[in-house]
Amino acid sequence: MSKRIDVQNLNVFYGDFLAVKDASMVIEPRSVTAFIGPSGCGKSTFLRTLNRMHEVIPGGRVEGKVLLDNEDLYGPGVDPVAVRRTVGMVFQRPNPFPTMSIGDNVVAGLRLNGVKDKKVLKEKMEQSLRGANLWDEVKDRLDKPGAGLSGGQQQRLCIARAIAVSPDVLLMDEPCSALDPISTLAIEDLMNELKSEYTIVIVTHNMQQAARVADRTAFFNLEATGKPGMLVEMNDTQKMFSNPDQRATEDYISGRFG
Amino acid sequence: MSTATVDQASGSLGKKGQSGGRAAKNTIAKVVMWAAFLIALVPLVWIMWTVISKGGRLLLDVGWWTESQRGVGRREQAGGAAHAIQGTLIQAFVTALIAVPIGVFTAVYLVEYGRGRLAKAVSFMVDILTGIPSIVAALFVYALWVTTFGLDRIPFAVCLALVLLMIPVVVRSTEEMLKLVPNELREASYALGVPKWKTIMKIVLPTAFSGIVTGILLGLARVMGETAPLIILGPYFKSLSTNLFDGLMGTLPTMINEGRDNMAVPATNERVWAAACTLILLVLILNLLGRLVGRFSKVKN
Ligand SMILES: Nc1ncnc2c1ncn2[C@@H]1O[C@H](COP(=O)(O)OP(=O)(O)OP(=O)(O)O)[C@@H](O)[C@H]1O
Ligand SMILES: [Mg+2]
Repeated sequence: MSKRIDVQNLNVFYGDFLAVKDASMVIEPRSVTAFIGPSGCGKSTFLRTLNRMHEVIPGGRVEGKVLLDNEDLYGPGVDPVAVRRTVGMVFQRPNPFPTMSIGDNVVAGLRLNGVKDKKVLKEKMEQSLRGANLWDEVKDRLDKPGAGLSGGQQQRLCIARAIAVSPDVLLMDEPCSALDPISTLAIEDLMNELKSEYTIVIVTHNMQQAARVADRTAFFNLEATGKPGMLVEMNDTQKMFSNPDQRATEDYISGRFG
Repeated sequence: MSTATVDQASGSLGKKGQSGGRAAKNTIAKVVMWAAFLIALVPLVWIMWTVISKGGRLLLDVGWWTESQRGVGRREQAGGAAHAIQGTLIQAFVTALIAVPIGVFTAVYLVEYGRGRLAKAVSFMVDILTGIPSIVAALFVYALWVTTFGLDRIPFAVCLALVLLMIPVVVRSTEEMLKLVPNELREASYALGVPKWKTIMKIVLPTAFSGIVTGILLGLARVMGETAPLIILGPYFKSLSTNLFDGLMGTLPTMINEGRDNMAVPATNERVWAAACTLILLVLILNLLGRLVGRFSKVKN
């Protein structure tokens, strides 16, 4: 299930603008990897190249390789739609489909990809909601609209929706930034459970969160405004927060940034 | 607000005059706006009053809704407008049947796929189409249908002219609704490995659905009252007729137009006003229906 990601010399562009320059990293399976760094340094941009969501934006393109268990996601003949089934994504703002009920939201990916068997859908629905620690809260109102849930519940609904299609990798872009501390903890716990099955990558501005959930942490930075973002350092989280190799990392983590 | 407090505090400095001037301007602006509003209301109320007082009575008659004018003389107080109501509804329905898919898919193209020159060109064409007077659309269809192809004037030709008028309305309103659908929903769907076309069909269009329907109903309401295409392509006919491809079909606007020359005859006079009243009622119902559907909108901005 869980897969290893190997990024090699990746340049990411918006039109002519180079947003992330020459990034290489290895993301281990069955682990949580956190991306940290100042705003605008290209964390989201980089994250979105890992499931080919970057090219959805007009002008978005990349150079370099992203290997998923040795298969290049950007190789010729690779279908981006298939890539996204393997590498799922959860966004910063919870975005359940407003036309669908809670239950339908969860299995939306399956249904839209042609699964019709009611029994399979029902099983998947419960399994995914349990996986996202949401089952007990919503089991009596599966047919109510998803928009009626709290922000934290909506975000867990989105996680349930993402894991329902059984991806190998789960990308999360600041999944807790719109949530209260309790919902945040619920989602952090969830990440800890999910990492036994998935490769998880999260972007976060919250250092404590990175320290709490991530096995490895990558620090992105900008040389200057207008310059491309780049990967400064990637290390075990413990080392990053106690004794990083790079001065810039230490400055950023200890708040002596800029 | 803050200036007002300053004025009060420093009243002795003689700044009262300024704020007094501002208050006066405010009052004047208010009066002007109210006056404009009332003036705009006068013709509206007047028209409604005229139409209802002169033709409203006939609408309460069951025969008005069930009988045609077949064999009814202009001095006779008999028959109804069923033929015209039915004709207007049939033509509106067929027009919508053709214009809605074209309009909606054009809008989908413009919003979801349109990039570069072609999209600009299409958008420009829609703009031009929006500005075309209905009589020009009618003459265009006439020139094509009758002059070039040598075909007869049939109700379906009317529908074609109405389609030309309805398409831009549908395109523009659908475009607006599609733009209101947050991009995050599209991305959420892509991220589940759903192809783009399916995302549009199953996520974007359903999300914008009620807004699109509202736009369609409003466009339809507009097209229903069009008269120029009817006069040029679809002359009045007094009997019930459902065949779009042969003969003639009566409609409310042509019924009104037909009676125009005989307004001195009381029976005809009342029929004309009643037909006008019915047309207004139909348009009103469509408008209300459109707004009602709009209430169920899933996109909140
Ligand atoms: N759609 C876009 N078109 C053009 N440039 C973009 C686009 N999105 C982002 N950028 C640029 O790419 C760079 C990286 O942006 P990105 O959103 O990846 O930053 P980030 O690290 O995620 O920041 P934050 O922490 O604020 O989310 C920025 O300079 C930004 O202006
Ligand atoms: Mg970001």
